[in-house]
Amino acid sequence: MEKPSDMENPLADTTGAYALPESGEVVIDSPAERAKIRILQRDSGEHSGYSGISAENVTVIYRNGNIGLENANFEVPVASICALVGVNGSGKSTLFKALMGFEHLSQGSVTILGQAAGKSLAKNHVAYVPQNEEVDWNFPVLVEDVVMMGRYGHMGFLRRPSRTDHQKVDEALRRVNMQHYRARQIGELSGGQKKRVFLARAIAQEACAILLDEPFTGVDVQSEDAIIELLRELRATGHVILVSTHNLGSVPQFCDQVILINRTVLDYGETESVFTRENLQRAFGGSLRLHVLGGDELHEDDDARRVTVITDDERPVVIYDEDHNSKSKQDPGKASEPGGSNLP
Amino acid sequence: MNWLLEPLGFEFMQQALIIGLLVSIPAATMSCLLVLKGWSLMGDAVSHAVLPGIVIAFLLGIPAAIGAFVAGLFCAIATGFLDQNSRLKEDTVMGVVFSGMFALGLILFNYVHTNLHLDEILFGNILGVSWQDVLETGTVTALVLTIFLIRSRDIMLFAFDPQQARIIGINTRFLHYLLLVMLSMVIVASMKAVGIILVIAVLIAPGAIAFLLTDRFDQMLLIAILIALFCTFTGVILSYHLNSATAPTIVVLMSLAFIVAFLFAPKRGVLKQKSKNIAIDMK
Repeated sequence: MEKPSDMENPLADTTGAYALPESGEVVIDSPAERAKIRILQRDSGEHSGYSGISAENVTVIYRNGNIGLENANFEVPVASICALVGVNGSGKSTLFKALMGFEHLSQGSVTILGQAAGKSLAKNHVAYVPQNEEVDWNFPVLVEDVVMMGRYGHMGFLRRPSRTDHQKVDEALRRVNMQHYRARQIGELSGGQKKRVFLARAIAQEACAILLDEPFTGVDVQSEDAIIELLRELRATGHVILVSTHNLGSVPQFCDQVILINRTVLDYGETESVFTRENLQRAFGGSLRLHVLGGDELHEDDDARRVTVITDDERPVVIYDEDHNSKSKQDPGKASEPGGSNLP
Repeated sequence: MNWLLEPLGFEFMQQALIIGLLVSIPAATMSCLLVLKGWSLMGDAVSHAVLPGIVIAFLLGIPAAIGAFVAGLFCAIATGFLDQNSRLKEDTVMGVVFSGMFALGLILFNYVHTNLHLDEILFGNILGVSWQDVLETGTVTALVLTIFLIRSRDIMLFAFDPQQARIIGINTRFLHYLLLVMLSMVIVASMKAVGIILVIAVLIAPGAIAFLLTDRFDQMLLIAILIALFCTFTGVILSYHLNSATAPTIVVLMSLAFIVAFLFAPKRGVLKQKSKNIAIDMK
């Protein structure tokens, strides 16, 4: 797990000038102030001192009486990338909607950078990168038009873009390396390019919290790496990023935090302690493929260690050795092993 | 030249032309939204649902336009309510609501003896409009066009990505109902010119044609308006010479324009796509 080194400085002064405000007490209302807090956060090394996204006892009950989420609790610090992992229908989208302030909470509260979810919306704190299937790709908009939509919240009543808005759009397009495609209609792009355009919109929006829904579905490996690299850069500048994904294999690669969800939050926290075989089995129940290769099958010598491959039909997570804490490594390919058995 | 000017020597032709052009501008504007938002059936529904409103307005002695407007809006809101509170899909609910209201309107119409002509309501009577009608339609045109242009960015975002619209603080619920009100207003304003059966044509065709021709929202609006103006103008003049019904002539011209766009659109036309495929095959 790699983190920007300056975040791991336990000796940093957390009092006096560098003291961080208590979570939930401060109202941040200017981009400058937000940036300042991000930098404070980073410099102080106070990783859990300032809450990025947090949910307290969140319960969502749908109109038809079904429970979408029950008593969900978690906290994600700023300057982190957090994976939201769970089966289909486990409440991932419900949680996203709650974070965006779209869902009526029967109970509990969601805060983003210390502010209630609905309130932070008007201030552009949250950006959302939708799934590719959610977008009408035939819509008559160009790449640059989509990125400009991220700026609407910063514009006046008539939404007339200022020079700054144009600059931010240019900058965002360059950061995702899509500046040469700015005049393309969005339907003419590949899956990975489409994703990058919406990521550019989130960057142009200057949100502190970025929610990505299945960012790697329909995305080639090269684009996937580019997106991950970009997310790391955003983390380094203090953003808190929440990624819902079925791509279990890539979770330890770039996420330092994990939330396991199944109608409620099963566990959350640092990837090493949460993203374990036991927890994954708990989160996925029987709907996950598990392959265990070990002993004689794997080794010529009498090495007794085993390889565990867990996959949710996408890039699998490979855990070497029964003792999962020792080492986890990446499977380079996307294909899952054939002939696997479902978990009991 | 004389071919163009001769019809305009008559006052009723002048009125027809002006009201036609006035109607085509907001109708074309709204058509872009209907096409992009998938609201085409909503246009059809609201236009049929105005009928009982017109009859009831006559009974109450209030202007027909107000009754029509209220009934149209009622249909749109009732549809939204039933959609959210039942397991049926929106288009199904809409079909039930508007056909029911239309049928009720027909029954009321036979039952109540009005000075209205059903033909005029259904098919319009563009040659029989008064300057008063022109003024009313002009007011609606100005109002709808102004609101749409001022909020065009938000409307585009609402159609493209309602979640993003909400995230940046747009009140999408308000915008949704505002657009339904605008739609009802345009339908009521178009009633005299094209009637409630054909109004759906002017509310869809211009946007559909423009959609085939461009990749940008602003251009789509402009193209839709220009096409609607052109077809209306040509249709009014042509109907004089052909001695044909005016509103259907306009609609037929729009349909022809659609076919032309479908076949020959520079980027999305069928012929262009075909030639692209052939080029790929040759490689």
